[in-house]
Amino acid sequence: MKKLLKLEHFSELIKDGDKLLVGGFGLSGTPLSLIDEIATSGKKNLTVVSNNLGEKGKGLGKLLVSGNLKKAIGSYFTTNGDAVNAWSKGELEIELVPQGTLAEAIRCGGAGIGGFYTKTAVGTKLAEGKHKMTFDDGDYILEKAIKGDVALIKALKADTLGNLIYDQTGRNFNPVMATAAKLVIAEVDEIVEAGEIKPEEIVTPHLFVDYVVVTKYVKEGGRYVEPATTN
Amino acid sequence: MSQQQRIKIARRIAEEFEDNQIINLGVGIPTLIPDYIEGKDVYLHSENGLLGMGPTPEEEFVNMDLISASKKPVSVETGASIFDSSDSFLMIRGGHVDVAVLGTLQVDETGEVANWAVPGQNILGVGGAMDLVAGAKKIIIATMHTSKDGTPKLLKKLTFPSSGVRKVDMIVTEHAVFEFKDEKMFLIEVLSDITLEELKEITPASYELSTKKLIRV
Repeated sequence: MKKLLKLEHFSELIKDGDKLLVGGFGLSGTPLSLIDEIATSGKKNLTVVSNNLGEKGKGLGKLLVSGNLKKAIGSYFTTNGDAVNAWSKGELEIELVPQGTLAEAIRCGGAGIGGFYTKTAVGTKLAEGKHKMTFDDGDYILEKAIKGDVALIKALKADTLGNLIYDQTGRNFNPVMATAAKLVIAEVDEIVEAGEIKPEEIVTPHLFVDYVVVTKYVKEGGRYVEPATTN
Repeated sequence: MSQQQRIKIARRIAEEFEDNQIINLGVGIPTLIPDYIEGKDVYLHSENGLLGMGPTPEEEFVNMDLISASKKPVSVETGASIFDSSDSFLMIRGGHVDVAVLGTLQVDETGEVANWAVPGQNILGVGGAMDLVAGAKKIIIATMHTSKDGTPKLLKKLTFPSSGVRKVDMIVTEHAVFEFKDEKMFLIEVLSDITLEELKEITPASYELSTKKLIRV
């Protein structure tokens, strides 16, 4: 399989200062193995675009501990105490974006659209400095598209071409992120032969996906755990 | 006591729902509402990408990739659908969600809401609050009448940062139900044994008594 990548070679594809789009809503639909590789890679000054920064010490939360991050762009960081602390100490820049604006900005980034006008956040602190336009039904603000150097996404299954399907609400930001970066790497539970996933069931067509990595995590009791901790 | 009051608010809001509505429930009191939607066919929308959200599953069926916006395990109802975050917020922003029930920090007498940030504290989370305020067809606020220390939440003017220029449609507290029409606030129901004078004292926002007969439940 052409696109198959070994986990240990993954971090060679990341450069210091890269902007990473990382799928997930909390820890759901998060590429946990890829994040673990970054945590031990020594990469510096990364910007992460993700709805949250995982949880304290879990998922993207690990990168706060290992010191890889310069900046986080997303909608909700309050629940990760490490993110709040790093920001308070000036060790982490945070750009807060309403969740729907974040999703749409990434969608535009992948769709060749430079920006869009939205009514979300009009009249709030998050609209400060943004261009305002009045349309037929009211005021809108301009939001710029978001693109990444590398997208790290989590899918349930890939076929040997790189077509992807997702597990339930683990889909979240992953399909849009798969469209909006120069390099797209999908972590999956399983790889099947092309043709095994029906065309009408494929959510992310293979043209978006550069590499597929098989996760080192296993799902037990509905939660991903590291095999080492499960015996 | 407090939990009983929260349940009273949840029950009263559930009465507002109509068959076939698409409903988005925020965190806090709104999460209690599903237990009180009796005999109505409504569809719960969760902003992380689910329409047709069902109750908490038995432990053996928990899948942490099937969760609510509060990141708790859920189940799916018959006919549920799953979509990505951009489609989910298209539904919210584009006016395809009939009712959003939101918690709040403050509401002013015109119906403007502040429900994401407190001045002087770190402002590091907004989530989907502003998208819901901007886009849901009807917004119902579920809140205790005052904060825990007795500070009023229903004010003449917001002192906390606004969540958007769009005004809410209704507020339900443990004491009263208010409706907004043309940026004016009307008391339409009293839900406790509070007197109208006492209600006025804990409600700095100016409101009128509804021209409809005021209901005391």
